[in-house]
Amino acid sequence: MIKTLGTEDTLENAGLTAEEQQLFSNARPQAYEPYPIKAVEDFANWARANSLWILAFGTGCGAIELRPLMTARFDANRFGVAGRPTPRQSSVFVIGGYASVKTLKRIIRSYEQMQGPKFVIALGICPVNGGMYFDSYNTINRFDQYIPVDLYITGCMPRPEVLVAGIMELQKKIKAGRCDGANRYVENFDWYKTNQKKVIKNWDMPDYNW
Amino acid sequence: MNETLERLQHHFDVSDITVRKPGLTTLRVGKESAEILIRELRDREGYTHLNFITCIDYIEDGIFTLVYMLHNYDNQQTLGVHVDIDREQPDMTSIHTLWAQAWPYQRELREMYGIRFPGSPRLDEDFCLEGWDQIPPMRREFDTKKFSEERFGHREGRHSEVPRVHMKMELYPKRGGDEE
Repeated sequence: MIKTLGTEDTLENAGLTAEEQQLFSNARPQAYEPYPIKAVEDFANWARANSLWILAFGTGCGAIELRPLMTARFDANRFGVAGRPTPRQSSVFVIGGYASVKTLKRIIRSYEQMQGPKFVIALGICPVNGGMYFDSYNTINRFDQYIPVDLYITGCMPRPEVLVAGIMELQKKIKAGRCDGANRYVENFDWYKTNQKKVIKNWDMPDYNW
Repeated sequence: MNETLERLQHHFDVSDITVRKPGLTTLRVGKESAEILIRELRDREGYTHLNFITCIDYIEDGIFTLVYMLHNYDNQQTLGVHVDIDREQPDMTSIHTLWAQAWPYQRELREMYGIRFPGSPRLDEDFCLEGWDQIPPMRREFDTKKFSEERFGHREGRHSEVPRVHMKMELYPKRGGDEE
């Protein structure tokens, strides 16, 4: 049965023209509910932790660390990590360092298009507090105001060894069922949208891109 | 090189000819004759390569200085043409008809300094700063730190439990724990 949504449950999509509003959904995101049986959920988490597919979207200078990660020396395939070309197929978003406002718009769009369960690793110091770009006119200072972050790896730049350690840590968190970033995004959706629109002034995309 | 400069001095109001280092010379020319001089350099004097266009903000003098860096492959000389334009009315003749690659530079200068280049293609499209609603950010009166703190927020540093840092903050609180 198709659930009919009341007006309070739908998004405005005010950034779109009237013609475009017909083309995009205005439904809100929905939170993930774990399986009622804990053993099934644990098994699902074990499977998720061992098939982390990284979105191939180099959002900053840290993207350079993903190349040695995938090649022979560090070989992240040992951990079930693979690169995927499209957000629809990937489950891990590695934010590679600083995010400019122009990139943040693409990050939001890609993150919302990723299908759950999805996890975000923030790489480097810049997503934490701005790093060396703390006074820049075009790079954000606190990444967790816009997208929920599951794991931080600090450093400028972190070496691939640290990234491997971070992936193992993320696997531990997923297996313990503590990676709830996507659910936090759904629960505090209006807060995140307000923060995003405070920074991105030309909002010409749907409020939730999925 | 010297013959070129002599010919230019004969025809144009060039001044401030400076040899910065072997192979790099700069000169200053008036705004009106700048485009003709650059055209002359390209067509007659062999400066066929446009390295870059950039801008310097001399806020004290109320001018922007545009720098057109040209290169001659025959004698391996680089020539910088400095053009002063008024800071209040920043506009300049477009040179995208001389070099097709000039328009992204001009588009960037429009976005970062607010300099107008009438006729330059796609001049008013956003380049890096999408939806920018302030004064152009590379102008020196733009306070980038203040803007960053207002719009992007500020995260306080962590509280330190290291005894050395703690005692410094106890002893020299007004100076932020700085001994000097």
